[in-house]
Amino acid sequence: MDNSNIYLPHLMIVEKITQEAPGVKTFRLKFKDEEAGNNFEFKAGQFGEYSAFGEGESTFCIASSPTRKGYIECTFRETGKVTSALAKLEEGQTMGFRGPFGNTFPMDEWKGKNLLFIAGGIALPPMRCVIWNALDTRENFGDVSILYGAKSVADLVYKHELKEWEERPDVRLVTTVDPGGETPDWKGEVGFVPSVLEKMNPSPKNTVAIVCGPPIMIKFTFPVLEKLGFTDENIYTTLENRMKCGVGKCGRCNVGSQYVCKDGPVFSKVELEALPAEY
Amino acid sequence: MERKYISHNSLMNWLTQLNNEGNQIYAPVAKGNKTDYKHITSVEEISMDHIQTTQSAKAVAFPRTEKLFSYTKKNGDVTLQNFDTTTIPETVVFGIHPCDAAGFKPLSGIFNWDTPDLPFNERMKRTTLIAVSCTQCDEFCFCTSVNGSPGNTTGSDILLTPIKDGYLAEIITEKGKSLVDKHSSFFEADPNVNKEEYLAQVPVQFSLEELNKKISNMFESPVWKQQSERCLGCGACAYVCPTCACFDIQEDAHGSSGNRLRCWDACGFSLFTMHTSGHNPREMQSQRWRQRLLHKFSYMPERISVRGCTGCGRCSRACPVDMNIAEHLTEIAAL
Repeated sequence: MDNSNIYLPHLMIVEKITQEAPGVKTFRLKFKDEEAGNNFEFKAGQFGEYSAFGEGESTFCIASSPTRKGYIECTFRETGKVTSALAKLEEGQTMGFRGPFGNTFPMDEWKGKNLLFIAGGIALPPMRCVIWNALDTRENFGDVSILYGAKSVADLVYKHELKEWEERPDVRLVTTVDPGGETPDWKGEVGFVPSVLEKMNPSPKNTVAIVCGPPIMIKFTFPVLEKLGFTDENIYTTLENRMKCGVGKCGRCNVGSQYVCKDGPVFSKVELEALPAEY
Repeated sequence: MERKYISHNSLMNWLTQLNNEGNQIYAPVAKGNKTDYKHITSVEEISMDHIQTTQSAKAVAFPRTEKLFSYTKKNGDVTLQNFDTTTIPETVVFGIHPCDAAGFKPLSGIFNWDTPDLPFNERMKRTTLIAVSCTQCDEFCFCTSVNGSPGNTTGSDILLTPIKDGYLAEIITEKGKSLVDKHSSFFEADPNVNKEEYLAQVPVQFSLEELNKKISNMFESPVWKQQSERCLGCGACAYVCPTCACFDIQEDAHGSSGNRLRCWDACGFSLFTMHTSGHNPREMQSQRWRQRLLHKFSYMPERISVRGCTGCGRCSRACPVDMNIAEHLTEIAAL
């Protein structure tokens, strides 16, 4: 029997802090125990429980790609007491991490296909992991298109990476901000993600669409994808329910008999449609 | 399975002996009009004149609050002290009823279906369950409706059935056998009685087969709203339940050091599934009542092949607005 304590976090050194947007930070974390770091493996889509000792744990995805070794990254918005405590940490200080938990995006099945990423707001982090995974193994995939929307220009996260993707000839990036969120020098789109997607008019041919965002964005994006001819088998999303344990015991995150922490967080639209509407 | 006889006096002497050897003994103790499992130091404290204790015995393996690990912070650095298994005493739980003993199987299912839960498993490993068959029941008992019975041996290490002047002892597991073999002088030969004659008669209230058939396909049924209209969301049902295992993880901070705690929680609480954003997938009490029943009677059987109910009836006894689970299940089975 496995004698390890699944509730005991790894100690992580905050190696680098990036202020992405107002109240949004990215932490690059390195395992304090070198051996644990070397043995650590994860796949795109998985998440973890991040500890601010003295306040508790919060659930975020692993926002860095498994192709980038030696560290993991998480991006979070300062909202509750744990994220506020994490946001106070400085480079060189220690926090906790348990994971990786949950299922993964089926990157192997997607080989040879075009990838269309559609993200809204703070939901780019779970997708950033997949995007970099695809770009770091670029030869495995066809066209890579990214549609990313945020409330305002200031709220766009990963600004440096957006620039990098924009400049890459092998990536089609479309950014948009909600009406009123633009600045005088904004060169991207103005409008909500579903309508910009319609304008983008991507071909569903041999293409997988990965959609992450607030529930309202997902709700209005699915019909557009359907109209464009995307079938449910080729649409993927992630669910983000409240969690405590991350390993299917604490009883919070289930939707019907499916546990977001075990059977998710990645669901195809086919799987999503089979779930009772309680998420 | 080995069968023996033990007299009441020998039983008390045996428990005293087990206590003297350093085992922590939990047994029913009466206080006012309530009986609950307490850590006892003398068999004089034991009270067996009850139909059901208020709380189940699950806390011996899943304490109301327990420390998962401790931390100390110093100059931005952190050190951790892991869960200490060496402080868990050898424990004997005496006097639980078969419905409580049976409750440890679903608990173990939840705590082990994917990854083993160290604190729960270490406590279980050191716990021996000496159950006592039921000779009386009340209108809330419905073990016989969920495949249990007043003399059911499932989950117990030893099951004692009160017979004339003493007990029939059924020795069910190796753990039970080693506790008996160590003190075999307290035991006598198989009394050769028909156990059934001494048990309470618990009427079957609904057809489990019908319930199983219906409940997995009724997520959208109006019955959840009807049944839960008076539910207060107080969570008492979950706290007294022998199989409810939902928990919260909380920080117990004292300046620069502290503990990460696991605490009982309840799916009936309105904040249980609330997101930081304010979105709540189960925002209505009826959704939370549905979760409670479907988890126990549909999701658990589907995912871990064990039902989350042993028919002890505690939730119905504890409910401040008289919601009776057996009545509600009967209603569903008859739909």
